[in-house]
Amino acid sequence: MSGGGLRLAATVLVFGYAFLYLPILLVAVYSFNESRLVTVWAGFSTRWWTALWANETLLGAAWLSLAIGALAASAASLLGLAAGWVLARARPFPGRTAFATATIAPMVMPEVVMGISMLLLFVGLERALGGPGRGLVTIAIAHATLAMAYVAVVVQSRLAEFDRSLEEAAMDLGATPFTAFRTVTLPLLWPAVAAGWLLAFTLSLDDLILTQFVAGPQSQTLPMRVYSSVRLGLDPQINVLGTIVMAVAASALIVASLLTRHRADGTAETR
Amino acid sequence: MRRVLALPGLWLALFLAVPFGIVLAMSFATADADRAPPVAFSLTLKNYALLFSDPLYLAAWIASLRIAATSTLVALLLGYPMALAIARAPRRRQPLLLALVILPFWTSFLIRVYAWMGLLADNGILNNLLKTLGLASAPGTILGTEWAVHLGIVYAYLPFMVLPIYAVLERQDRALLEAAADLGAAPWAAFVTITLPLSQPGIVAGCLLVFIPSVGEFVIPDLLGGTGTPMIGKVLWDEFFLNADWPLASAVAVCLLALLAVPIALFQRHHAERLR
Repeated sequence: MSGGGLRLAATVLVFGYAFLYLPILLVAVYSFNESRLVTVWAGFSTRWWTALWANETLLGAAWLSLAIGALAASAASLLGLAAGWVLARARPFPGRTAFATATIAPMVMPEVVMGISMLLLFVGLERALGGPGRGLVTIAIAHATLAMAYVAVVVQSRLAEFDRSLEEAAMDLGATPFTAFRTVTLPLLWPAVAAGWLLAFTLSLDDLILTQFVAGPQSQTLPMRVYSSVRLGLDPQINVLGTIVMAVAASALIVASLLTRHRADGTAETR
Repeated sequence: MRRVLALPGLWLALFLAVPFGIVLAMSFATADADRAPPVAFSLTLKNYALLFSDPLYLAAWIASLRIAATSTLVALLLGYPMALAIARAPRRRQPLLLALVILPFWTSFLIRVYAWMGLLADNGILNNLLKTLGLASAPGTILGTEWAVHLGIVYAYLPFMVLPIYAVLERQDRALLEAAADLGAAPWAAFVTITLPLSQPGIVAGCLLVFIPSVGEFVIPDLLGGTGTPMIGKVLWDEFFLNADWPLASAVAVCLLALLAVPIALFQRHHAERLR
């Protein structure tokens, strides 16, 4: 590439990354602001960080969110592993397109649509069977349904990368399909599943819309608390919380990308 | 194989397909505040009739499509150069540059929208900066306008635009560009005749990934937009949570899904082809 082209590319990237990161950085910087007015700098202070540790409502919501995240991510990993395997390996079967569409549709479908439909299902189930009560379980189910799409995509891309002849060789040597999967496919696949788990966990930790629909009155997750606080205006404690949440999510993503690092060799799949 | 399919298949049937069936049925029902849940069973089209005759709802549909379309276009104009710059960067740098694009997407959506509230408020960081620099005497109003909604959508969904375009550009054979240069084509001519047409699948995928969720977006118009024209996702939310009109909210959901069925199918096809 010519010198002018290089300079242009560098400028584009600097501006692009500044656009992506400056707003986030400012949230973190202003979490150390002395003033109650979030946007007016009045000197360095950690008072809002201390205040957050005393805020039991937010901490309780955080624990609930973490529990839901772990539950939803585990369910999504199992479901996404199965769905991704079917999409990558199974012979064509009737309804395959419908299955493929249903698997990845939650990635793009407006969440309000998923939210209202799942709530109506849970209301119907409650009336017909008496349960499950709305709360942790219903939220985790909703999050798992959303997040399994992401796990399926990661698993499917990983499976598309390596040769199925390995599995076939195992079966030629007398392994049952399940044994072949357990001893050949799964060891190759587990980094993708672990990465998928982390992605699902982050997704669940962050979800507001689905949660708001399917949550019961007793179950306020962290994003729900943040949302109701933010609607009333800016709050320095939200800056603190946002900084922590973003740091956790960023760490999860960094681990996830290290797990799928082999892709970076240039020939491999990029998401 | 069948047993493996059974688990996600049944799950999706129970928690995705059946709920859509219920929403469809609900959209023909009548709201009844005296019952719990607040619905009376009926087979009426009046929810749909209202959605397509009331000027307020019509305005919300049009605003949603317009805002989603313009935001998608802006995201493309911003995302394409980024994707191109990453694809032309040294190979060993590309994973890091790409990860830097993905990272914000996975860090709290809500907090990232909140960040713009602080930036755009009347006495916010941006206005204070402009005042300090002497560029503006009176603070301008951005928060609560459609400008802020556009900005929020572009900001939140930009990674969705960059990734698929990068994925296509990264695989392009650079020999094509060298050949064009050897034959005397200027760099911009090579870009217009080779790079751009070949990256069309990535452009389509990126635009779908930004456009589809933007149409039904709720958090961004709610927190950054004003009380003026609401977007349709906010209409659904308000009908459900504020007015407790479940049938009307369901009708909105059905229409939204019908409107997006074609783009979603297109996206699925693109995704399937990419993994072949």
